[in-house]
Amino acid sequence: MNRTDDVTGFQTTGHEWDGIEELNRPLPRWWLMVWYACILWALVYFVLYPAWPLVGGYTKGVLGYSQRQTVAADLAKAQEAQSQWRQQIASADLTTIEKTPELFQFAVAGGKAAFGDNCAPCHGTGAQGFTGYPNLNDDDWLWGGSLDAIHTTIRYGIRSTSDNTRLNDMMAFGRDQILNRDQINDVTEYVLDISHQDHDAAAAERGKQIFTDNCVACHGEGGVGNQELGAPNLTDAIWLYGGDRNTIRQTVTNGRKGVMPTWEHRLDPVTIKQLAVYVHSLGGGQ
Amino acid sequence: MNDMADTGTITETGTVVERADVEAVNAKATRETLYAERVKIHPKLVHGHWRRIKWAVMGVTLAIYYLTPWIRWDRGPNLPDQAVLIDFANTRFFFFFLEIWPQEFYFVTGLLVLAALVLFLMTALAGRVWCGYMCPQTVWTDLMIMIERLVEGDRGRRIVLDKLPMSGSKLAKRVIKHALWLLVALLTGGAWVFYFGDAPTLMVDLVTGQAPIVAYTTIGVLTATTYLLGGLAREQVCTYMCPWPRIQGAMLDDESLMVSYRGWRGEPRSHYRKGESWDNRGDCIDCKQCVVVCPMGIDIRDGAQLECINCALCIDACNDVMTKINRPGNLIAYDSFQGLSAAAKGENHRFRPLRPRTLIYAGLIAVVGLIMLTALLMRTELDVNVLRDRNPLFVRLSDGGVRNGYTLRILNKEHDSMHVVLTLDGLEGGQLVLQGHDSGTVEVPVDDLQSLRAFVVLSPEATRKAMAAGEDVLDFAIVAHDTQSDRTSRNSTTFRLPEGR
Repeated sequence: MNRTDDVTGFQTTGHEWDGIEELNRPLPRWWLMVWYACILWALVYFVLYPAWPLVGGYTKGVLGYSQRQTVAADLAKAQEAQSQWRQQIASADLTTIEKTPELFQFAVAGGKAAFGDNCAPCHGTGAQGFTGYPNLNDDDWLWGGSLDAIHTTIRYGIRSTSDNTRLNDMMAFGRDQILNRDQINDVTEYVLDISHQDHDAAAAERGKQIFTDNCVACHGEGGVGNQELGAPNLTDAIWLYGGDRNTIRQTVTNGRKGVMPTWEHRLDPVTIKQLAVYVHSLGGGQ
Repeated sequence: MNDMADTGTITETGTVVERADVEAVNAKATRETLYAERVKIHPKLVHGHWRRIKWAVMGVTLAIYYLTPWIRWDRGPNLPDQAVLIDFANTRFFFFFLEIWPQEFYFVTGLLVLAALVLFLMTALAGRVWCGYMCPQTVWTDLMIMIERLVEGDRGRRIVLDKLPMSGSKLAKRVIKHALWLLVALLTGGAWVFYFGDAPTLMVDLVTGQAPIVAYTTIGVLTATTYLLGGLAREQVCTYMCPWPRIQGAMLDDESLMVSYRGWRGEPRSHYRKGESWDNRGDCIDCKQCVVVCPMGIDIRDGAQLECINCALCIDACNDVMTKINRPGNLIAYDSFQGLSAAAKGENHRFRPLRPRTLIYAGLIAVVGLIMLTALLMRTELDVNVLRDRNPLFVRLSDGGVRNGYTLRILNKEHDSMHVVLTLDGLEGGQLVLQGHDSGTVEVPVDDLQSLRAFVVLSPEATRKAMAAGEDVLDFAIVAHDTQSDRTSRNSTTFRLPEGR
């Protein structure tokens, strides 16, 4: 088995790989010492720190160290560090926050995070909205796009359970038999007309009167909308549910009753302010 | 165990005991220990050509290491005046005229690639000369041995001192030696931290106990490792810890110069008495001077071996002896395998530095160097990054126009504040709006990065026109112009439109 290597005069271990044999040479003793030192270190570590999983937990170690506690302490420290900003945001009004660069940055960063957690499911992660859920990036606002208007909407919601909720009623003109099928068709053509789309001119002419009788109260003369009442502008290029003939007809027939919950009881006032500033900063704020 | 039985022995009771010809696997005669004590090496001082080079390299490299942080470089106000500084707090790397920002870290990567290639080339040409002369382990070990020699004397006296029982004077020598080693180690660790802070300030802070804890920790760790590796472990590091001896085999070939014993001239070796004839014998008189001077404690006459660091001290020692016995020098010399075998056959062989291997290494060095030089020359002081919003890709506006959002990052690497005017180029009907800025001008502070939101609005007419033409992506550029320095940066990007109609 073991043979002596001719060149070096040392014994081999008897192991051979592709004709190469390993010489049997002793390890340096200090190497062994280092290994013992490592074992000793492991034992010391085992005693001092959490080391071994057990069925109902783990060995805690005499130092009582815990990563969870460290994380909790770090989080508390981070909140502590943020508290002065949060206090300033709590006491400042929205315009001041937007005008103060440091506060604005802090508000936008916090608002963005809160938006991702609370608003993104309906409005999308980029606040781009979906059918029935407004795009918050654009310049078209149902209830107003000023800082205060956005803040009120977030705080109390739309058709929510809050006593202060924003509320309006787009009636179901067809379902409730206020208008008949022809009248609905005519008024639909009129809405297509004022929003600069292809339409039947004669029907639109007839629809104009129907619109004046039934819709102007909320949507205003010429359908320009009314943010006091949350009535959409029907002359622009932006539609919450869609601006094509079929969708408009459906909207007039059945009405619309979108709901946004109140966040008053779910988010603290500072977070709501941060959200308002963030949404306002998306580009469409007025 | 029952190998071929030979003649048995008949006992007194008449039974036969078999006799086997076998050897135990751990027979005492051939038994080797599992762990060997270290054989202490006492390298003897040698004088000569290569030793002088080694002293010089040692002096130069140590001077570079210790003095570099103290070189001043005037960068004007608000910037550190240290020529070489790794400024972690502001994430900058200052290197004389160069100021490297985090996103330009590829310069450092390039330098490391260059260093590796130079090491390859060096090894292909002359073996492990890096190990023998320039490696920090070698330099500091050499320094530690020098101190040991000053305190305890040269090889012979050190061996005697080792064997002497502990006494007052032996203890004193040992204490002085270790104290000096620790001092060198401390200075080594101390010099390192000066690369990471303003050296004069940090020096005062260190002495007065005001320096950051990380500075003291670093000094502590480097003091310990220098003392341990340079003073105590020495050649053990090269033999047992360093991967480079194992890797070098791939960089060497038969033409690489290595410290070699010219066996064809030296053998057969034997002692020499004055007046004897040199016929029928080699030049080696087996004085073992090559062994006693070797810092690795090896015998170069055994041929190329893993432990050899190519430091050539054995060449000096042997040449000294050759002069004394009046024989030609360079019995040990830098020679290649080709050179050795050619000479053994009586042929002439000239060293060939230009070989495919060395040419490839040199070519790669030139290419990497050129790339880095080009990158350096094309470096801009005004750097603008345009990141287009991807969510949402575009926003329809109530008047029928379309808006895209962008994040602009303007980098001012100049040592003056910038007034950057931002304009659009190549987008008809487009308008640039900067959030929080009434005009299109942005002030970027010195040595800073300004991040801002920008919106590009395309007018309803332009939107209709583009969509009628079936376009959903328009190419254009955001142009940044610094009025102060008259620098311009043109940044191509795209404008997205809804698809269809």
